[in-house]
Amino acid sequence: MLTFKKTTLALALAGATLATAAHANEVEVLHWWTSGGEARAANVLKELMEAEGYGWQDFAVAGGGGETAMTVLKSRAMSGNPPSAAQIKGPEIQEWGELGLLGDLNEVADAESWDELLPEVVADIMRYDDQYVAVPVNVHRVNWLWANPAVLEAAGVEMPTTLDEFFAAGEAIREAGYVPLAHGGQAWQDATVFESVVLGGQGSEFYQQALVELDPEALGGEQMVAALEDFKRTRELMDEGMSGRDWNIATAMVIEGTAGMQLMGDWAKGEFTAAGLTAGEDYLCAAAPGTEDAFTFNIDSLAMFRVASDNEREAQQVLARLVLEPTFQEAFNLAKGSIPARPDLDMSEFDSCAQQSLADFQRTAEEGGLVPSMAHGMAVRADVQGAIFDVVTNYFNDANMPAEEAAQRMVRAAQAAAF
Amino acid sequence: MRDTLPMKNTSATPLGLGAKRVPSGSLQAWLPRLVLAPSVAISLFFVYGFMLWTFVLSLTSSRMLPSYDFVGFGQYARLMANERWWVASTNLMIFGVLFVLICLVIGAFLAILLDQKIRQEGALRTIYLYPMALSFIVTGVVWKWLLNPQLGIQAMVQSWGFESFRFDWIVDPDMAIYTLVIAAVWQASGFVMALFLAGLRGIDDSIVKAAQLDGASLPRIYWRVVMPCLRPVVFSAVMILAHIAIKSFDLVVALTGGGPGYATDLPATFMYAHAFTRAQIGLGSASAMLMLGGVLAILIPYLYSELRSRKHG
Repeated sequence: MLTFKKTTLALALAGATLATAAHANEVEVLHWWTSGGEARAANVLKELMEAEGYGWQDFAVAGGGGETAMTVLKSRAMSGNPPSAAQIKGPEIQEWGELGLLGDLNEVADAESWDELLPEVVADIMRYDDQYVAVPVNVHRVNWLWANPAVLEAAGVEMPTTLDEFFAAGEAIREAGYVPLAHGGQAWQDATVFESVVLGGQGSEFYQQALVELDPEALGGEQMVAALEDFKRTRELMDEGMSGRDWNIATAMVIEGTAGMQLMGDWAKGEFTAAGLTAGEDYLCAAAPGTEDAFTFNIDSLAMFRVASDNEREAQQVLARLVLEPTFQEAFNLAKGSIPARPDLDMSEFDSCAQQSLADFQRTAEEGGLVPSMAHGMAVRADVQGAIFDVVTNYFNDANMPAEEAAQRMVRAAQAAAF
Repeated sequence: MRDTLPMKNTSATPLGLGAKRVPSGSLQAWLPRLVLAPSVAISLFFVYGFMLWTFVLSLTSSRMLPSYDFVGFGQYARLMANERWWVASTNLMIFGVLFVLICLVIGAFLAILLDQKIRQEGALRTIYLYPMALSFIVTGVVWKWLLNPQLGIQAMVQSWGFESFRFDWIVDPDMAIYTLVIAAVWQASGFVMALFLAGLRGIDDSIVKAAQLDGASLPRIYWRVVMPCLRPVVFSAVMILAHIAIKSFDLVVALTGGGPGYATDLPATFMYAHAFTRAQIGLGSASAMLMLGGVLAILIPYLYSELRSRKHG
């Protein structure tokens, strides 16, 4: 009995230490930057914090796409002990804001004039109720087309710039004996291709109406039917071994030259770089066919939780300032393959794909065409996104479902998911 | 502790302190309960308490975090209107029935073959039983490669020259659910075989001998004499297999990831997706309650028959 008591005491003590783990002048950051390059990038931030005299308590939770990290975060938040900052993105920031758990960053935002620094679309996502509650870390572009130049040459085609050229190029590549489009049959990859095809065939205005504002007329209309038909055609360009394949295996097919092209966000670049290839020579990148004047973004951000002590609050503000400072932006984005969230940086260190990405980012931010990615949780809430994923992936894999029916289902999905 | 107390008790009696016998006797009666109390309390709280909590959550509009905004059976209504839930439930039916039946047939058949007093029976038994030692994740990954049309069986047979051979169930939404059955049967039928073999060894040889004397053929002996004796084994095997089927989660995740599309979704993967990744805790809880209902529908008749037979025995 005595030992039992001792254990309980020890457990209780351990619990108490855990609960007060985030000391004054220290930030505890929950993130899932755990792969080699990402972890090094996160370490840069830690060193910067320490150089300013603040502690950094790492709270890295590994697991694909941050699902595990989110589960941990939810349980921490429910027990009334959230970390000071967490990697939360897109509309989820609004959901956490609605729960009243986020603290504001207005002081640092005013001091660093974020309003001018960040494009309006990006700033909107970082704000809840007109207060800055999160800081953008990087910008990924989703609408990329990657290609192996040797395969394109063997098939005698150029990098396609419209959907028609894309399908024609695909046929030529198949005739030359390669897989035209590398793909993995997972719901999010299906959705990634889908949104690029919607954007490429129907334009960014339609994309905004249908997949961001969820306008039922756009979702169920003729343009959506046309987009769905285009989407189904891309399936003919894929190989039959794609079921459940991971995206990086699909990228490897392009690298090895068994497949010609892949539609994937710019994290695919990490795979090309790791294989020792050079952008523009050993592999090609271009905006997904027909989407030259558009940019679907996927932005990682750190949201700040409301904290009690002034010291911890101060540390949060410093963290937010450092995240947007050029040193970290450059180091982190070079490692991750994305582009900096602030457009005013010197890009000479970055490769040609990243430079083009940033140029397009600035251009689309000014001229319109900068839209959030639906497939990567930037456009709609998680439940609506899930319901749309279900329709998209079911339609894509069902040979008998007409596009009209899929469009109608999408309308219902958008309505039914919101309770 | 249980040993030391009665000793104190007996040593107290000769000293004329018999009065103490009553309280220490009741302590003796209470002690096991006291000792068991923490584990009972823990399982009450963590198992039944959380079941209750899940039920409460299924009546709320909870999304990302639990909330207590009650909406009655609204989440159940949504669930019933959700096409994916029906796909998942139908899949569970197909998977559950086929998995249990095929495992029983193959398991019984293998057991009968092994029962023919063959050489090296121990080694053979081990070979058939080993798949059970693997986790479903390993089984899933291996079968995923075997069934992949460009890497596995189809590619192999085609490379032998049978160009028209096709075995691409895993990429066909209508057939993909049967690939789950294949992998699960491969894993579990050896275990069923072991159950049957144990049952066969328990049958009195003289019954079989008597049947042989009466001139019954071997298949007839097995069908009319041996199998009826194995009814309890069949019963336990069905119970074990049925709950493996209902709880199946890892196999789906590793083998098909629920795909193509959501063609191989099962209630467990549905529940996980909605409660944990799609911020619909209310809907996820409702589906969890329905799964619990399914498990109870199997468990209660089982417990009932078990308890009843014990009373009679």
